[in-house]
Amino acid sequence: MEIRIDRIAKEFGGSKALDGVDLTIGSGELVGLLGPSGSGKTTLLRIIAGLEMPTSGSIFFDSDNASGWTVQERRVGFVFQQYALFRHMSVFENVAYGLRVRPKKTRPHETDIVRRVASLLDLMQLGDYGRRFPAQLSGGQRQRVALARALAVEPRVLLLDEPFGALDAAVRKELRSWLRTLHNKTGHTSVFVTHDQDEALELSDRVAVLNRGRIEQVGTPDAIYDSPRTPFVFGFIGTSSRIAVTIAGGQVSLDGSILPLTPAALPDGPATLYVRPGDFTVADGANGSIHGLVTVQRRIGPVRRIEVAVGAARALVEIDIPAHRTFEIGKPVSISLLRAAVFPEAGGIEPVCVETALMPSVLPLHQPSRWHA
Amino acid sequence: MTQTLSVEGPLRPSSGWRFVKPSVLPGFNIAFGYTLLWLGLIVLLPLAALVLRASGIGVSGLIALASEPRVAAALKLSFGLSFLAAAVNMVFGLIVAWVLTRYRFPGRRMIDAVVDLPFALPTAVAGISLASLYAPNGWVGSLFAPYDIKIAYAPPGIAIALIFIGLPYVVRTVQPIIVDLEQDIEEASATLGAYRWQTLRRVILPSLMPALLTGFALAFARAVGEYGSVIFIAGNIPFVSEIAPLLIITRLEEFDYRGATAIATIMLAISFSALFVINLIQAWSRRRFGDA
Repeated sequence: MEIRIDRIAKEFGGSKALDGVDLTIGSGELVGLLGPSGSGKTTLLRIIAGLEMPTSGSIFFDSDNASGWTVQERRVGFVFQQYALFRHMSVFENVAYGLRVRPKKTRPHETDIVRRVASLLDLMQLGDYGRRFPAQLSGGQRQRVALARALAVEPRVLLLDEPFGALDAAVRKELRSWLRTLHNKTGHTSVFVTHDQDEALELSDRVAVLNRGRIEQVGTPDAIYDSPRTPFVFGFIGTSSRIAVTIAGGQVSLDGSILPLTPAALPDGPATLYVRPGDFTVADGANGSIHGLVTVQRRIGPVRRIEVAVGAARALVEIDIPAHRTFEIGKPVSISLLRAAVFPEAGGIEPVCVETALMPSVLPLHQPSRWHA
Repeated sequence: MTQTLSVEGPLRPSSGWRFVKPSVLPGFNIAFGYTLLWLGLIVLLPLAALVLRASGIGVSGLIALASEPRVAAALKLSFGLSFLAAAVNMVFGLIVAWVLTRYRFPGRRMIDAVVDLPFALPTAVAGISLASLYAPNGWVGSLFAPYDIKIAYAPPGIAIALIFIGLPYVVRTVQPIIVDLEQDIEEASATLGAYRWQTLRRVILPSLMPALLTGFALAFARAVGEYGSVIFIAGNIPFVSEIAPLLIITRLEEFDYRGATAIATIMLAISFSALFVINLIQAWSRRRFGDA
């Protein structure tokens, strides 16, 4: 089932939790809502479920306007961060709950309930746990019970609120790939909320990045990671360094020296350059475009990361270099940019964010289409 | 030199039975000794004296005394009305606790404080005011008098007094549990298609059951032992509105000490069995909840 969110806004006592959100979730799609805490992602999920009523805007389930439907009428499967299992019921009764509370007319026969719950528990690899109580299960098992319970009512859409937030790292990783497999198997339209970008990028068909009640960008994990469209997304996803630059006549310059970047139609004025740690090259000589001093170096997994203070403002730039290379602290180096994005600050209080095609002219260009606006 | 890993020390895992589990907290001996001494001095010693005093008449004597019509009527009245009062308090105390925790309204703190009044009020004061209110010429009693319904100086009056003194016990035991009930659980129930009353019946009430039972037990125990407020409103007519504690006083005034302690012992036995059964039910439900 397709879900269309149409200009949803939500205010809590004068503060805007959601500020005009539009989003369409395709049938069978797994969409991740990613954002820092307070970005409104959980509020959006609860509005889809009907647990929260929007101040304005509409929700469509396929072509039906579901805005006025109650939680019960919406028939969503909702998985809570803290599982929200019924402690006084066995695992079996927890999963059967949604079927048992149906009105007599639509309630399945007892034998059908038993069969359906058993097959769901099998699907969740919980076949032997039906008679246990939630308190006797581990966190990962409890979350799988919660998932089985949500699926038992054959929901139109599966909504998961930070589903792995309360689990430790190893279980979280395991459950993550397991959920992806389950989604491929069952094909439910699913929306999940997370503040963990790795989780969002690994699990989702598409990711919606939220910030301060607005959707900053919606796209495939590739698009979100490789071509962030706003400074917020660039800063929130992955690691990046920011360098304050100025734009004059379409040329980008740092402390007066023009950077060898492909010129583009950009408004004059101050701007910020965003670069990922892997998108630099560092050399001892002076033939790079930016000069700086190495201040820190440390080993991070397979690479070595150095921090270089650049420009008059001595902005710290993080650069990944192969682990076998080392630099002396305090040594001058010169840096070249492989890829970067610049966001001018022109415009009122809110910066106008323009994605530009900027490429270093000193190096062979690869994938120029990546930086199309 | 070879070094052997030894498991000697104060926290060495013990294979045999131990009186107390090893703990890093010091002071078990003194704390436990103090607990036993205190319990023995304050609780067990008077009870033991009571039983000792009553034991003179023997078990058969106790049974004979309990089946004496006037004693039997008093015991039935005391325990029956205490049970009724505790049951009423369980229902209405739950509603009061629910309203006080779930809604925000002006005067909530005031009402919350009023709940404790039956704790604080001297029971005789409560008895006198209840009696004057429910007497045939009182504000409330006069409303019922034309229909020949007698509240004060009859069993209904006793029930009202027992409900009055028992209410805070249920409210104060259930209140913190309602506060701790996760809203998630109700929301989960709603997303699964359950309507409000289904959530209440299938999810909320079972979660509150252990606390409700505790509140019931406390209110019941208090009601059984209540004397001060009841004697003013009961009318104290033998076979009709005479409670067991009053009967004990009567026996004492007749210098029938053995009879008084015997009735007290019977009350003690019945109360103890009732509390024991309630505790069993709780232990059973707690085991299912898994948070024992």
